[in-house]
Amino acid sequence: MQIRLITIAGAVVILMLIIELVRRRKLKEEYSLLWVFTAGIIVVLSIWYSLLVKLTHLIGGTVPSSTLFFFGLIFVTSLLLHFSVRISLLERRITSLVQEIGLLTLTSQEPEVNNAESSRSDRSDQPDS
Amino acid sequence: MNRHIIVIPAFNEGAHVGSVVAGVREVLPEADILVVDDGSSDETSKEAAQAGARVLCLPVNLGYGAALQAGYKWAVRQRYMLLGQLDADGQHSPEHLPRMFETLDREEADVVIGSRFLDGDGHYRPSVARKVGIALFSRVATMVMRQRITDPTSGLQVMRMPVARFFCTEVYPSDYPDADILILLHRSGFRIHEVAVQMSQSSGKSMHRGHHSLYYMYKMWLSILVTLLRRRHIFEARS
Repeated sequence: MQIRLITIAGAVVILMLIIELVRRRKLKEEYSLLWVFTAGIIVVLSIWYSLLVKLTHLIGGTVPSSTLFFFGLIFVTSLLLHFSVRISLLERRITSLVQEIGLLTLTSQEPEVNNAESSRSDRSDQPDS
Repeated sequence: MNRHIIVIPAFNEGAHVGSVVAGVREVLPEADILVVDDGSSDETSKEAAQAGARVLCLPVNLGYGAALQAGYKWAVRQRYMLLGQLDADGQHSPEHLPRMFETLDREEADVVIGSRFLDGDGHYRPSVARKVGIALFSRVATMVMRQRITDPTSGLQVMRMPVARFFCTEVYPSDYPDADILILLHRSGFRIHEVAVQMSQSSGKSMHRGHHSLYYMYKMWLSILVTLLRRRHIFEARS
């Protein structure tokens, strides 16, 4: 019984923390989704113990707590994967921005090439970004 | 406006970039030269400018591929017709460039690559690991493209503008373009041609400096695999 109370309390604290962070704009709504989802699942499983037991049988576990760890691991892994994807995206954006800074600096140094034609610059090098 | 631009990506090559630029000016006096200073901490920019090149300074170090790509973007926006590229470390001798531009015309190719191994005289001796990598991925590229490729990592190239424009998109890697990019070019309908060139051993630093061989192997296999898995997409902007 005690472990259930602790789990519920922990999940509720995480939920409140997430909402508070979103409120203070320290966390974008987009990133909060996975956290809120996981905290919700933990609350549900802690309250509804028989569901946890059923799930444990379903995945072939022996102890219900291992089921919680199992889902916890899935959560951590998906969050890390999500971050890797975001970092790749950010890296690509930074590369593009740094190149643009270099190009702009060079253009501004050379007024003769910075004519109407090149400032219109049709951006033909970036068809889809 | 000049038709030719020579792009030279440089990272901390203050000792060599000046002579490379001078060498290019000697063989191609008509061409504009753009040195892309990839966030160097030495005198690269100053040396390049003193030798008569235009310098594109990147405020932070992005890597070989991304520095080259910045040069492609400049060339495309400035409406050049033909682009040549060589490394700043003195490994590539500029005197091959005029012949490569001629080949581009004569063979009606879109890209001409200077190959260290095509003439087979063994003048260029890379380390064993590099040799294995180059041999392996040349084979893979040759097989996939049904066209003999001997030196997919060569940074000595000349190309027509549609290729440079293609390289300005996100297809281009920020680290090192290799066999994967050649396969992608081939699948996108570009014509590739190799010519034999002589290269010196450079300053001891390979183009793949900081590249761990294992990571390199892994990256190339993965990159070639996903290139082949992607839908074949003929680049529209050709001609």
